Amino acid sequence: MVAKGGLGAPISDKMTAEDIALNMKDISVAEFFEKNRHLLGYENSTKAMLTIVKEGVDNSLDACEEAGILPELRVTVKQLGIDRFRIIMEDNGPGVVESKMALAFGKMLFGSKFHRLKQSRGKQGLGIRGAILYAQLTTGKPAKIRTSTGDAKLHEFEMLIDTVRNEPKMTLHTTVPNKERWHGVSIELEIDGVYVERAQSVPEYLKRTAVANPYAHIIYNGPNGVLKFERTTSTMPKQPKEIKPHPYGIELGILIRMMATTRSQNIRSFLMGEFSRVGGSSADQILALAKLEAGRKPASLDNAEAERLHKSMQMVKLIAPPTDCISPMTETLIENGLKKELEADYYVAVTRPPSVYRGNPFQVEVGLAYGGKLNPQSAAELYRFANKVPLLYHQSSCAITKAVEEVDWKRYGLQQSSGGMPVGPLVVLVHFASVWVPFTSEGKEAIAEYPEIIKDIKLAIQDAGRNLASFVRSQRKSREGKMRRQLFERYIPVVAESLEKLTGKGSGPIEAKLEAMVKSGKIIIVEPAAETKTETKKAKPAEDDSGEE
Amino acid sequence: MAERNPKDKLVKMGNDIIKDVDAKENPKIEIPIRSLSNIVYNEKSKSLSIGDKTSKRFFFNVAHAKKFMQTTMVAAFCKELIEGKIHTNLRDMFYNLKRTLKDSEENTFDEQSESDPIVVDIEVALDMLREQLHLGADVRGRVVGNVSIVDRGDVVNWGKLGSGGWAIPSIVEEITFKKVDAKFILVIEKNAAFERLHEDKFWQKHECIIITTQGQAARGCRRLIQRLSEEFKLPVYVFCDSDPYGWYIYSVIKFGSMSLAHQSDRLGTPNARYIGLTVSDIDKYGLDKFTIRAKDVDIKRAKDMMKYEWFQAPEWQKELKMLIDRKKKAELEALSGRGLKFMTEEYLPKKIKNKEFLP
Repeated sequence: MVAKGGLGAPISDKMTAEDIALNMKDISVAEFFEKNRHLLGYENSTKAMLTIVKEGVDNSLDACEEAGILPELRVTVKQLGIDRFRIIMEDNGPGVVESKMALAFGKMLFGSKFHRLKQSRGKQGLGIRGAILYAQLTTGKPAKIRTSTGDAKLHEFEMLIDTVRNEPKMTLHTTVPNKERWHGVSIELEIDGVYVERAQSVPEYLKRTAVANPYAHIIYNGPNGVLKFERTTSTMPKQPKEIKPHPYGIELGILIRMMATTRSQNIRSFLMGEFSRVGGSSADQILALAKLEAGRKPASLDNAEAERLHKSMQMVKLIAPPTDCISPMTETLIENGLKKELEADYYVAVTRPPSVYRGNPFQVEVGLAYGGKLNPQSAAELYRFANKVPLLYHQSSCAITKAVEEVDWKRYGLQQSSGGMPVGPLVVLVHFASVWVPFTSEGKEAIAEYPEIIKDIKLAIQDAGRNLASFVRSQRKSREGKMRRQLFERYIPVVAESLEKLTGKGSGPIEAKLEAMVKSGKIIIVEPAAETKTETKKAKPAEDDSGEE
Repeated sequence: MAERNPKDKLVKMGNDIIKDVDAKENPKIEIPIRSLSNIVYNEKSKSLSIGDKTSKRFFFNVAHAKKFMQTTMVAAFCKELIEGKIHTNLRDMFYNLKRTLKDSEENTFDEQSESDPIVVDIEVALDMLREQLHLGADVRGRVVGNVSIVDRGDVVNWGKLGSGGWAIPSIVEEITFKKVDAKFILVIEKNAAFERLHEDKFWQKHECIIITTQGQAARGCRRLIQRLSEEFKLPVYVFCDSDPYGWYIYSVIKFGSMSLAHQSDRLGTPNARYIGLTVSDIDKYGLDKFTIRAKDVDIKRAKDMMKYEWFQAPEWQKELKMLIDRKKKAELEALSGRGLKFMTEEYLPKKIKNKEFLP
């Protein structure tokens, strides 16, 4: 992953936070977090609250989906003081086994999702542990965790993280009988934060999560009351397959880490075994280009050699990676999700076939909701998702935004000032799914602007836009028809009244008959031709003896 | 047609619309077209009349609906005027009919310029005079002369009304002439020239009636000229600026106007002659120093007028062409340049004596 923009001077643009963390053996990861929390979504108290909920919800949804469980999430935000909050996040996922509990919640960069290439919500392995650490740093309070895998035992414990040694400290661990055989995880944190309910807020995040995951049931108990996001389908998307990385998409840092931990005895078998689409001859070509002996132990390569290997891997011609590893939301679920949370008149969704950027398979989906109660005067609202996770920050620097703005929305009956968001009663949902989402920073808020990605998003929008256009046109037509009817209906009473004065015949029946003619809709002449044929405009002023009357 | 009861005509118009409604047809009002394309110039009678092209104004047509509604409103208003034996004018009618439509911000009429043409529509459609609808046109025009009339029972002597003369009402049908002592009628476009002539006792010296139209001649004024001319066989001389606008005023007095072509036989005075000013006068009477440069609109208007059938006389074609070529206009005031009494003592007497008229 290329880290853009957000990373400061001490970090090279090829390295990511975890690469650095791994390289800096003497500085603990927790210490690294403390110094770099702006990269991780904790730069201010408002955002911290959202990031915590986000990490918890992402983890829960991932866990539930992997275990094939329909998610039941409960998020509670309780205000304890002016800027003191208690956050409780509970799921009905598979839970965490006893032996891994301390690591799962306490040690940085430990996680089930870190060492593999599979589409999932969380990725960096800082997720919930970052949240626990943030609570600990701002209030000094330990996290209170309850979990069970659904067996007879329910674990309850408190946890702090030793920020110097990157070690979890579990305290007050008790086990209680689990009579209901509950399974899942509940995490309670006390933090300093600021609560808002505007655009970039916990409720907005949950609403968008509900749009992307209509099979999840989410209850939010916030400072201002309870919000329920109902489950509207019990269909879960197919589970994504885990794949090996493709040489084109691998970052140098990750390659070095893979070489350090691989079980392969030599580089050749390392290349063939740990990467997709690398066979014997491809491996030989790569090694020849890199001027490396096939028999070398992967861990023995120095940095210069690793860099040569990395470069050679990009140069050899290889088949594109398999794309069946992506799990899209699907068109049905997108429409379902939009209908569930937005009151619009028209919904359309498009799922593109999978594609590849830099050796990473990805898939783009677009959903549009139009009309109804959406604000017709404002710019369209953009719902960005990466692997089903709503992105709320850094909209302007995101590939999705760029693609949306590059589309000519006027073709689809919307207004748009050049290079801006379309204006109209519209919500644009864009989902980017990939085994490796190229975020522009550790905060995971914006997708890097790869041309392949922008192109695919635009194609998806154009596809959906064409469907929308026919709806917008028909709606406009019916609206014009309605305006015409209203015009006649305004005039009818006056005409009927005048006719009564002229003829002495009751205006009531005349009015009723004219109204009926409007309703029948048959007689209304609208063609401009009808006007010119029958009504000749007044003589030109020059020929008119004006002033004569 | 014109003899039929105006009220009955309005009622019939309403009934025709209701017939359409009952037949589930698009309600319509048929109105003769009043543009140049439907104006016929009758060479023999020297008058303009309206052709047989009509337009249909439909209610169920977005472009017509409002005008249709307005037409029924004006028709109903006129019927009530006739029934109530009340007379009023166009401005008053506009304010009577202007109101805001229910549940909207739209008015039945926004400007008087919307209601005025509707009246003409009805006049043309029903072949009636505005006066028969009990609507008076604007009051404009004054007259002085050795003439006594009876107007609403009052005897009025046009020669004994001081400096202002008699204001011509919009309806002159009911006036009866008791005594008319004049050899001709001089119609003057401008008030200032009229006042000069009045002060100089031109009408006494030359035994004539002088009328000012104060711009384009109003209907009452035109009808009065016609009645005097026809009933007392008086020649009519028209005295206007030497520019297309002035000449057009003359043509309206003589031939009738396009928008009231259907009433030319009541309003036109075919035997009227044009006394001046002309472009030729500029040279002949040494007015060159007092001319005004013609504007583009004047030139355009002159070019249009050259095409009108009723301006085909060679004399007029010549004048129009001279105006276009020389780009010079002359107003009646130009004559004062030659001395304040030049007009009354030299120009007009000379022209009349020499019968220096344009047809």
